[in-house]
Amino acid sequence: MISVQRGDFDHCEQYQALKDEADGDGAVVTFTGLVRDFNVEGSVSGIHIEHYPGMTEKSLMRICSEARKRWQLGQIRVIHRVGTIGPQEQIVFVGVTSKHRKSAFEACEFIIDYLKTSAPLWKQEGTSEGMKWVASRSSDQEAMDRWANTTNQS
Amino acid sequence: MIQIKLFASLRESIGTSSLNLEYAGENTVADVAHELVERGANWRLLEERDVLCAVNQTLCGKDAKINDGDEIAFFPPVTGG
Repeated sequence: MISVQRGDFDHCEQYQALKDEADGDGAVVTFTGLVRDFNVEGSVSGIHIEHYPGMTEKSLMRICSEARKRWQLGQIRVIHRVGTIGPQEQIVFVGVTSKHRKSAFEACEFIIDYLKTSAPLWKQEGTSEGMKWVASRSSDQEAMDRWANTTNQS
Repeated sequence: MIQIKLFASLRESIGTSSLNLEYAGENTVADVAHELVERGANWRLLEERDVLCAVNQTLCGKDAKINDGDEIAFFPPVTGG
């Protein structure tokens, strides 16, 4: 299940849905990203996320199918919020089920790493000088590069 | 006709989010970018090295082939998550 949405999501509902759909899987791993209330230059009053309607959804689907090529997975849920989001609010949810924990942990991390470097989403932060576009970080690309030579590890 | 889309800081700096171009037999995304750059100084941003592009909503290189009817997007590195 993929969703790009303005509204918030209920983490408990998402976990429950994964658990209900798990069908014999022994592991559920979830990741929830929150808006930080600080960055390197000081406090952040919130963020605004722009997306490319259509392509953002397609890229999330593609990321999930790339994960399925590498690990044997049951259910995958990815939710990304867009628009204006306040400090400490939820931005992104990734939940994965699998027979065993290792695949679920790795796939969850792979999906968020891949999302951060390839899904068309752009973040602005509210600073004391107004809204500022966030620059991409080389550490995000390095996190993604670690997965470059991984194929079907399950 | 080809449809050009711009996002995020690129959209802001260039001052437009989309436009249609008459298809004139351009071969690649780079050919289209080269034409757009002639529209003014701020369009030169399209040729910066870190600008990403997509044809019909699929990420590709600037050497990607294009056809009449395509949707071509240019945008800065992504920062979601």
